[in-house]
Amino acid sequence: MNEIFILVEHRQGQIRDLTYEMLGLGENLANQQGISFTAILLGHDVKNFAEDLATRVPKVLVVEDENLKNFNSILYQKALSSLISKHQPCLLLMGHSAFGMDLAPSLSVEMDFPLATDCIGLLFEGGRLKATRSIYGGKVNANISLRESKEYIATIRPGIFSPKMPGEKKGGIVMEASPLQGAVDLKKFIEYIEAPITGEDITQAEILISVGQGIGGPEHIPLFEELAKNLGGTISCSRPVVDRNWLPKERQVGISGKTVKPKIYIAVGISGAFQHVTAMRGSDTIIAINKDPRAPIFGVADYGIVDDFQNVIPVLKEKIKG
Amino acid sequence: MNIIVCVKRIPKTAEADILIEKDGKDIKRDHLVFALNDWDGYAVREAVLLKEKFEGEVTVITIGPEESKEVLTRCLAMGADRAVRIEGPSSSDGHLIARILAQAIKGQSFDLILTGVQAEDDGWGQVGVALAQILGLPHASIVTHIEIERDKAKVRRELEGGIEELLEVKLPAVLTIQTGINEPKYVSLSAILDAEDKETKEVGMEEIGFSSKGPLDATIDQVSFPPTGKMAEILKGSPEEVVGQLTEIIKKKKG
Ligand SMILES: Cc1cc2nc3c(=O)[nH]c(=O)nc-3n(C[C@H](O)[C@H](O)[C@H](O)COP(=O)(O)OP(=O)(O)OC[C@H]3O[C@@H](n4cnc5c(N)ncnc54)[C@H](O)[C@@H]3O)c2cc1C
Ligand SMILES: Nc1ncnc2c1ncn2[C@@H]1O[C@H](COP(=O)(O)O)[C@@H](O)[C@H]1O
Repeated sequence: MNEIFILVEHRQGQIRDLTYEMLGLGENLANQQGISFTAILLGHDVKNFAEDLATRVPKVLVVEDENLKNFNSILYQKALSSLISKHQPCLLLMGHSAFGMDLAPSLSVEMDFPLATDCIGLLFEGGRLKATRSIYGGKVNANISLRESKEYIATIRPGIFSPKMPGEKKGGIVMEASPLQGAVDLKKFIEYIEAPITGEDITQAEILISVGQGIGGPEHIPLFEELAKNLGGTISCSRPVVDRNWLPKERQVGISGKTVKPKIYIAVGISGAFQHVTAMRGSDTIIAINKDPRAPIFGVADYGIVDDFQNVIPVLKEKIKG
Repeated sequence: MNIIVCVKRIPKTAEADILIEKDGKDIKRDHLVFALNDWDGYAVREAVLLKEKFEGEVTVITIGPEESKEVLTRCLAMGADRAVRIEGPSSSDGHLIARILAQAIKGQSFDLILTGVQAEDDGWGQVGVALAQILGLPHASIVTHIEIERDKAKVRRELEGGIEELLEVKLPAVLTIQTGINEPKYVSLSAILDAEDKETKEVGMEEIGFSSKGPLDATIDQVSFPPTGKMAEILKGSPEEVVGQLTEIIKKKKG
């Protein structure tokens, strides 16, 4: 075992927070094994990123190529497989994110490395990689063992590990030659598309009453609208509610929606998937109403009501009005 | 345009009581309701919409036990033309599943393979992209929009923070489909009854020429309930009492 690689995730001129969390995890694992950890930076004009990363890691490996400016799994995979063949790290960490999910499975097949996705815990035991994953919608944790291998790949869930902060010592920045020969035809990045700014801005609300798939159908939305009005709050929701057209996209809380931090967040019929929770756990006070006492949302809420919302919400609506 | 859609039958757990098997390696499944993976439902619907536009056939494939036939029937009722069930291992090892699917798909004529972004039950989010690599095809994951232009697909992928990226992928390709890409269509009981008469092809692993299983990449040692670190303070009493406490809390926290 020699070193742990951490793939730096950046987009539109910014290093994404998940990178720092992976560096924190990578350092812990490296210390346990008595080995080193290295940030892998693929991109174009990324000198400032390399400087930032060098304050946090012993070594930054950089591949500069204009074709790496925006993420493209085929080009990233080429660059990574060539770095891996040269340096043979025992583990490569990347985000369980839109980038990592597009890259890790194909790279792992190409290199024939075992892959653990969406990990919330990782450790080496007897030379083998073991991972903790959260499954069945977060209601169960699974401890898994990966088959014996010299090299592994793992994708890491955002918001779990503490970020690595800058330190006093500065790591080395090593430039590697780019193995790429131009762009590829098979897959071409064209552009980013920003969400249109329309309708209600839920990020400004002080009270959010947020509804999930558990409300059963769009026929119940008026009840929550009335409640929101009586409370002086705003309606937001989880993703399935938008997917099913019960509410418009601008109301969605989550990694693929908006991040919110209201004074009060009331989650009704929301199970508490990490894609939702990461984007609302910064709220001052969280109240969850769910009929399942084991719903993961109760793990982030301050107050909980275990009941059918139909027993509670109408009473609450009347009481607030009065 | 011929499209293959990979689908999985999964247990619905969001509202169910979860019990752990004696050996500690999985949850008890007898009392659970099973259904078509939510993501795969959107993938099948998308395939049917593309077929309506460009003609061709939609084939759905699943690896799973006999009971998986019910999700295939549902897919047929949604408009798929053919259904194949591969009697396979119950393991959800992503590499193994992808290798079996690749073996079954190889040699068939298709322009597009669709999978879901992830399975609701164990959420690996791995099979579609792994399958593409095994078949030597380009892929795009977490797709929220597809436009076909001759031998290319212009697709939108969903990134974090409400941003999407637009890319171009050469066909044939594998796309993993995100929920919300289309409007699900109501599937009537009569459509399901009609679909039950349609034939589902059943094949074994040997028939598709899959032999070497090799060691599994991942095995479950143990499942457990997540540690209850910080837990919410649960308000108790009749709905009136609970609401009474709740309004006090809201008043106080509203400031
Ligand atoms: C790439 C990607 C991005 C994603 N982005 C987001 C995102 O931005 N935002 C997001 O929210 N999700 C996102 N998801 C989806 C996420 O994984 C979950 O599927 C989703 O959050 C679940 O929504 P839910 O809690 O409303 O529904 P479910 O998980 O179905 O939960 C419903 C809950 O309601 C409860 N319930 C049912 N009936 C009642 C009743 N009568 N009274 C009270 N409670 C009841 C149930 O016990 C259950 O806990 C994303 C997924 C992927 C793969
Ligand atoms: N047993 C299976 N049979 C057919 N397709 C599957 C199976 N398991 C997973 N898939 C496909 O792969 C997608 C992602 O699953 P996973 O990688 O397990 O999260 C699913 O949405 C399905 O489209």
